[in-house]
Amino acid sequence: MSLILVLMLCCSFVSLISMKLNKSMNIWMKFLEIFSTYTCMIHLHYYQQLGPRKLRKRWLRKLLILWIAFGTLLSLWIFWYLRSQALEKRKETLANMCDERARMLQDQFNVSMNHVQAMSILISTFHHGKNPSAIDQETFAKYTERTAFERPLTSGVAYAVRVLHSEREQFEKQQGWTIKNMTPVKKDEYSPEEFEPSPIQPEYAPVIFAQDTVAHVISLDMLTGKEDRDNVLRARALGKGVLTAPLDLIKSNRLGVILTFAVYNRDLPSNATPEERIKATEGYLGGVFDIRSLVEKLLQQLARKQIIYVNVFDTTNVSNPISMYGTDVSDTGLQHVSPLNFGDPSRKHEMRCRFKQKPPWQILAISTSFGIFVITLLVGHIFHATVNRIAKVEDDYHEMSVLKKHAEDADLAKSQFLATVSHEIRTPMNGVLGMLDMLMDTVLDVTQQDYVRTAQASGKALVSLINAVLDQAKIESGKLELEAVRFELRAVLDDVLSLFSGKSQEKGIELAAYVSEKVPETLIGDPGRFRQIITNLMGNSIKFTEKGHIFVTVHLLEEVTNSIDVETESSCKDTLSGLPVADRKRSWEAFRPTDQTVDPSESIKLIISVEDTGVGIPLDAQSRIFTPFMQVGPSISRIHGGTGIGLSISKCLVNLMNGEIGFSSVPKIGSTFTFTAVFSNPNEQQMNGESKSQFCNMLAVIVDPRPVRAEVSRYHIQRLGMHVEIVPSLTSMLSMLTKGSQIVNLVLIEEDVWDRDLTNSSVFAYKLRNLDLKVPPKLFLLTNSIGGSRQSNGVPSPPVITKPLRVSMLAGSLQRAMGGNKDNARNGEVPKLSLSKLLIGRKILVVDDNNVNLRVAAGALKKYGAEVTCADSGRKAISLLKPPHSFDACFMDIQMPEMDGFQATNVIREMEYAINNHIQVGDYANISRWHVPILAMTADVIQATHEQCLRSGMDGYVSKPFEPNQLYQEVSRFFL
Amino acid sequence: MASVPQLQRQFIEYTTSLHNEGYLDDQFTQLQKLQDESNPDFVVEVVSLYFEDSEKLLNNLATALQQKSVDYKQVDSHVHQFKGSSSSIGAQRVASVCVHFRNFCEEKNLEGCLRCLQQVKQEYILVRNKLEALFRRMMQLEQQILQAGGSIPMME
Repeated sequence: MSLILVLMLCCSFVSLISMKLNKSMNIWMKFLEIFSTYTCMIHLHYYQQLGPRKLRKRWLRKLLILWIAFGTLLSLWIFWYLRSQALEKRKETLANMCDERARMLQDQFNVSMNHVQAMSILISTFHHGKNPSAIDQETFAKYTERTAFERPLTSGVAYAVRVLHSEREQFEKQQGWTIKNMTPVKKDEYSPEEFEPSPIQPEYAPVIFAQDTVAHVISLDMLTGKEDRDNVLRARALGKGVLTAPLDLIKSNRLGVILTFAVYNRDLPSNATPEERIKATEGYLGGVFDIRSLVEKLLQQLARKQIIYVNVFDTTNVSNPISMYGTDVSDTGLQHVSPLNFGDPSRKHEMRCRFKQKPPWQILAISTSFGIFVITLLVGHIFHATVNRIAKVEDDYHEMSVLKKHAEDADLAKSQFLATVSHEIRTPMNGVLGMLDMLMDTVLDVTQQDYVRTAQASGKALVSLINAVLDQAKIESGKLELEAVRFELRAVLDDVLSLFSGKSQEKGIELAAYVSEKVPETLIGDPGRFRQIITNLMGNSIKFTEKGHIFVTVHLLEEVTNSIDVETESSCKDTLSGLPVADRKRSWEAFRPTDQTVDPSESIKLIISVEDTGVGIPLDAQSRIFTPFMQVGPSISRIHGGTGIGLSISKCLVNLMNGEIGFSSVPKIGSTFTFTAVFSNPNEQQMNGESKSQFCNMLAVIVDPRPVRAEVSRYHIQRLGMHVEIVPSLTSMLSMLTKGSQIVNLVLIEEDVWDRDLTNSSVFAYKLRNLDLKVPPKLFLLTNSIGGSRQSNGVPSPPVITKPLRVSMLAGSLQRAMGGNKDNARNGEVPKLSLSKLLIGRKILVVDDNNVNLRVAAGALKKYGAEVTCADSGRKAISLLKPPHSFDACFMDIQMPEMDGFQATNVIREMEYAINNHIQVGDYANISRWHVPILAMTADVIQATHEQCLRSGMDGYVSKPFEPNQLYQEVSRFFL
Repeated sequence: MASVPQLQRQFIEYTTSLHNEGYLDDQFTQLQKLQDESNPDFVVEVVSLYFEDSEKLLNNLATALQQKSVDYKQVDSHVHQFKGSSSSIGAQRVASVCVHFRNFCEEKNLEGCLRCLQQVKQEYILVRNKLEALFRRMMQLEQQILQAGGSIPMME
């Protein structure tokens, strides 16, 4: 672009110049047009040839050379132009001056000539017209002297009379002198005595009167001097003043011109012939013009003599002009010629003027043109530099883009490498973990078990790290895509809570989740990734929290933003564990304001906070908390483990969910992480009345003085379909019971309420027993940690529900308690064999034609507590599984004579299908759809078999003989 | 008379010796694990069932292979049965011969089948003898242990 700019600059510059020189405007305009089209052409070229840069560079170089050439020419032209302008002006000045001088000279000459002519009239009147003559020499001299000012150019006037030879003697006698010849004997010195008497001539023209300045010419015969004779003859023939060629004057020896007027005895008409004129001639009046002194005088009058040389020439003879005035000086070059008209048509004069000094240096022209040249060069330089710069920048850019591409390739390669390697490591690690799992089930002593457990824990840590790295790599390479499946948010949260329940119970931290009731039951999104974020955040919280609580809350974003103004100071003291927390609101301060355009019926924006009362994040580390592998300090990973990749992944995941993540943290008080995520809203909400049905419409009372905690408990209990009341203390609880307006089924008492005053508590328990209610309420304690010291105090303690509260766990505990089971205090214990937990009490049909196998399989299942029925053929199985039946599952051998497992399964499914159709009509309205889980038993566990199983309507397969892990995996799909 | 720990060790050693010789595999251990108070004779029950079944199958096989036109399909299903029950009680050597047997069946190789039948019989008799000896020995040991006031060690 700078190229274009330079060109534009040039254009404007050129146009500026052209404006100034309006004389050659048209040419300039044309040139400008051409130039601009050329520019456009170049412009076009510039864009067209962006690709072949070499070519463009050559173009630019050509352009540069052209530009410099143009600039040079321009400056030369300007120089020439200015110089000629100056010369012109000089010439004009010279011409003016010359003409002025010539005119003045001419004017004065004319004045003189007129006066001489007037004098000739005077003589004709007073000398020849009067007898005796009124004029003698004395009068003439005096008169001429006194009127000399009238003839500024004449140095003197003289009058010669016409004397015929016949009259000579008489004349000479009358005058007293002889007529003398004019040509002196000796040229050098003048004396009147030197002149010889005039030789005999037909006529003479001796001077009789003369001004004093030329008195020496008296008595000289004018016809004897060559020039004078011509003059005299011409003058009397023409009747006008005539001039001699410049001649050396007698006596003064100076250069002079003699003007001669003829004096006639009568007034002649203007058309008189020369003969008439000669005949009428009486005498001749001559005026001597001393040109040199006269011109000098004139020039002095003008007072500018010194500027120019003036030369006056008689140019009658063109080939040999006679200098009349002026020194011969060396040629200064400039010359002006002004013609002079002295009234004598036969003689030509001219004035030639020259300047005295040579023309001065053309400073202006030189400096201007030089300036333009310099500007051209500068512009050229700028242009060149720009072009070079552009080229350099372009080169750099190319280099950069190549480097950038390399870097991106490398980054991609890194991510791919990471992904591949992680994947490759994960596969064998699964093998290792699986084997370790199986090793745990073999006979091991305590030490060995410890080793295996350690190995397993390390392996699991490694796998989770690999998963994290894989995630990071996937996110970086943009391969991570979110699922969009229907899921239950509350169930996900319950899962995460149970994941951390062990740790929280160990540490005695209160762990709780609360989901606002405005959040729909089911959402569409990626539950796995959502769980991952929550797990990351909670994992961090658990790591860094030693006392207090960790509290997950889920709200709709609108709820929170709307309520921001309302709850300004409530959160200070009123927290889950009573410990102060970091201000939750500050964690989302940086979030973008929500756009209200989102239709809530389609997408749901949730805001999820994880609040803890841990050590908090040091202020200086807060800025880099989301950078991968950045931990607060090197000691952190030593103390707490972890890689520091979790938050970065969480941030990426949150971004993928169109949300934002933020936090606020106060060291030694705690941190609150908050993120938003957008989910789709499945428009029809399916209700799961499963767990609710049992507890529906029961009334539970929570005894808890801390509102937030009570609210969380209420949330979980309400999910079971119960009504919930909250009272702050046991006393108010008791008073509520004694009033007895409602049947209270459950009383849940926070552990700290119970422990605060044990006697009070025991009194409460005692009173409750004696209250004699129709339905005595069940008492429960809500506690954070397992294995408190309740029993030892001697107060009979109610059954305990260990937090974190989850729906399934709560339901289980309550069910056990309500059902009056023997072990109501055992909810916290994990059953030793999960298989027997699953299978206990289940009715299972085992089908195998091989008696031994049948027996073994039945034995194995019985061992886990199942009620087993055996069938030794497909047919029997079909008859047993004809609905309605009471079997929970069926294990079927595939290879059997007569009817193999696949066929039998097909028949069973067809029967079930038929019955289900009936159900829809309404026969078995109270029973859910028939679908007994059928699992294939097979010895060869290969993929093809698995697919065949699924095709023929089976639900899965187990290897024969049973492997506990695999059996558990398959069975848990139906019985969990 | 040996002390209780000694007897207990002998009991376990004898079982594991059968493992080491390759007659039995883990599955038998699993079977032993399935036996508990509610089902005290489970192993003996299953094993005797296996003996009955096996003898029947071996007879069937022998007659089937003596037919003029051998029905290999039927033979194969017999061998499959035999293999299944054998692997169920953990008689792994019998089971592995059965695999060979089935291959010959597929090829319809009468000679190979007959040879395999002999091998299977041998292996079966071997494992039967071993098991019977085991049960006898275990009976003794159990009684001795019980007499000595100890308890039967569980194979866990």
